[in-house]
Amino acid sequence: MDSNDDGNVKTAKMTKANKKVLRKQMKASHLLLKHEGIETVSHSTQNLVVANGGLGNGVSREQLQEVLRESGSVERLLMPPNKPYSFVTYGCTEDARRCHAALNGRQLQCQGHTATLYLCFVDKVGLYSGISAEMPPGLKVLENFVTPEEEAQLLEAVDWTSCDGGGNDDAVQKTLKHRRVKHFGYEFRYDNNNVDKNKPLPGGLPAVCGVVLERCLVQNHISIRPDQLTVNEYQPGQGIPSHVDTHSAFEDTILSLSLGAKTVMDFRHPDGHSVAVMLPRRSLLIMKGESRYLWTHGITPRKFDMVPVSNTEKPVTVTPDPCDLTLNERGTRTSFTFRKVRHKPCDCVYPSACDSQQALQVPLPRTLPGTDVDAVRLESQFVHSVYEEIAGHFSNTRHSPWPRVGDFLRSLPPGAMVADVGCGNGKYLGINPSVFTVGCDRSRNLVQICADRGFQAFVSDALEVPLRSGVCDACISVAVIHHFSTQERRLAAIRELVRVLRPGGRVLLYVWALEQEYHSQKSKYLKERGVSPLERTGPTSAVQTDTNISAARLDQPELSIHMNRMAFSSQDLLVPWHLKGSVQKNSQGPGLPGTGGRQPVSRGDPVYHRYYHVFHEGELEELCRRVRNVTMESSYYDQGNWCVILQKTM
Amino acid sequence: MKLLTHNMLTSHVKGVTRGYPLLIKATEVKVSEVEFNPQFVSRMIPKLEWSALVQAAEGLGHLNDLPAELVPGYENNEEFLRKVHRVLLEVEVMEGSLRCPESGREFPISRGIPNMLLNEDEA
Repeated sequence: MDSNDDGNVKTAKMTKANKKVLRKQMKASHLLLKHEGIETVSHSTQNLVVANGGLGNGVSREQLQEVLRESGSVERLLMPPNKPYSFVTYGCTEDARRCHAALNGRQLQCQGHTATLYLCFVDKVGLYSGISAEMPPGLKVLENFVTPEEEAQLLEAVDWTSCDGGGNDDAVQKTLKHRRVKHFGYEFRYDNNNVDKNKPLPGGLPAVCGVVLERCLVQNHISIRPDQLTVNEYQPGQGIPSHVDTHSAFEDTILSLSLGAKTVMDFRHPDGHSVAVMLPRRSLLIMKGESRYLWTHGITPRKFDMVPVSNTEKPVTVTPDPCDLTLNERGTRTSFTFRKVRHKPCDCVYPSACDSQQALQVPLPRTLPGTDVDAVRLESQFVHSVYEEIAGHFSNTRHSPWPRVGDFLRSLPPGAMVADVGCGNGKYLGINPSVFTVGCDRSRNLVQICADRGFQAFVSDALEVPLRSGVCDACISVAVIHHFSTQERRLAAIRELVRVLRPGGRVLLYVWALEQEYHSQKSKYLKERGVSPLERTGPTSAVQTDTNISAARLDQPELSIHMNRMAFSSQDLLVPWHLKGSVQKNSQGPGLPGTGGRQPVSRGDPVYHRYYHVFHEGELEELCRRVRNVTMESSYYDQGNWCVILQKTM
Repeated sequence: MKLLTHNMLTSHVKGVTRGYPLLIKATEVKVSEVEFNPQFVSRMIPKLEWSALVQAAEGLGHLNDLPAELVPGYENNEEFLRKVHRVLLEVEVMEGSLRCPESGREFPISRGIPNMLLNEDEA
């Protein structure tokens, strides 16, 4: 690993400094393996991983390249986006060895801090190929939309000093946490994210904007003249949180000029897909249709952007191609955003993101669903959104596989194709390495945890599993079907599992049992009870959705709220989840110790409620008898769950 | 998404009868080494839709000389199994989308994860 791997035994004592470098290098190589799965090797190769030499810790491609070239000819330099390391491949092993000797422990002065490089050899470097991503539909960036002279005039038209004293300026100026902002035409209010439509500001838009707006009209980018202007000034390091411009406040097309400096704006689709778009200085951004109504946009607060080396001045989408990324230092950028105030409710085709249309929706009653539409809404609110919110914490409490589920998976022949439908954090996906297992779950955040662990997983609904019929040798559905709120939907979920099985294939089902005491044995769930009285949430406690709930429908029974670690009082209920460490909402935060719901909760923890239908004895078997072309291989009770193994006959 | 996973996936949009194979549109593809296990690969091959695998690999520019038709006696052909291994398990689509061949519906792939959720009116 160090320089004596050529066989010479160095007897001389290492200096203190040498020892420190070696120790740090070992630590770096350990961290790379642990967090990134990068295996370093002790023999020399052409490839090195440069720890602390990445875009993620502020080292630019140009800077790293310069020091790497001192040791020989660099064949390739991969700088993965947002990572604190890089990979370098030299033309020959000799050069790589020279580089290792010269740079290990070397300090690099970069963007206001010092990075100490640690180098380790690696056998292989992953290959990437990147093609530029597509712009969000309806989005355009026009280069050089204004001349340098116009840019200067526009910037001069904003007098940032004038209203600090609360004077009689026509515009309204605010200093927000992350930027300076000034409104013309109408004030945009950040308390309700809307404009006061009856209170236009005197003076309208600055006269210098006229030329630019005229150009937009002539070139057909807009059909009506905007009447509201928001000017934002971003210092390097400042940004704006991701948002969709309020539908009810503004008409469709939104225009935004980038003046003074370029930046990178992140667009994100609700399904998680994101595109980074470069906005060159003096360009015009046009957001229309889907890109305006459905995608969020924002600017990450940072001082440097990752930009492609090859195209730094063009409006392009920035793809994470590690062969072609470097850092661009941000300058002060001022944006002029022109919008037309809307006077009628928005009727766009994106109701999920539309405040006008959501206001019309009836709040969900907390009762058992009477129709399929009600069932979908109940599960969406009390199952799907809850798992999305609690994914990180939920995953941290789900370490150990249930033994008998593991037994089932290990009993499968090598080479079996297996689907885990409702795979959660993927704790069963790696149990049997001799079979091929794919997982799917309704929660994107949980699937992301599976993917981060290196498993194959996709997002889908258990009622519409996108696997071809007959492709699986086995399926498991562990603690999933009890989240469906009608019997027909629970049955449909089982039929869907059987559909993807080949004849002869087997499925294992686990659902939560109403009987938490069976043959005089208390389940683990009951036994774990009683550590903290706070844990028990009685029916009177506040539910996070109370504000949305109107009077319950009288013709359907109301759902009761379950007291944790107590016997179930009914079959259909809401089970509280106390979200701990709620600052880390996503899976990427630091791990919490596995609390398993046993530790006392602090009063500040938000409580979420998940819907469950707990099965009474015989109910699961009864349901399975309604499924055609299966035989019941076995059924059993396991730690508070009812379990069935079905085999498909034809 | 590895191509082995892709081989199992199909479009499930309501009313679609020919939803297979899904057409891959990739904007980022990663190739990373996975330990080679000849028995595993040879057990997987009979479960595959071979033509869908060839089509997918070709579309990504990673055909790796795979023949259009499956060759007999592949169980003992290590060179062939290695090629299949690479295409099935080492090539991964990180960003892009999957397109339903019949309805044209696109399912996004982000950070290696296909999102196959349907809207209410599609299910």
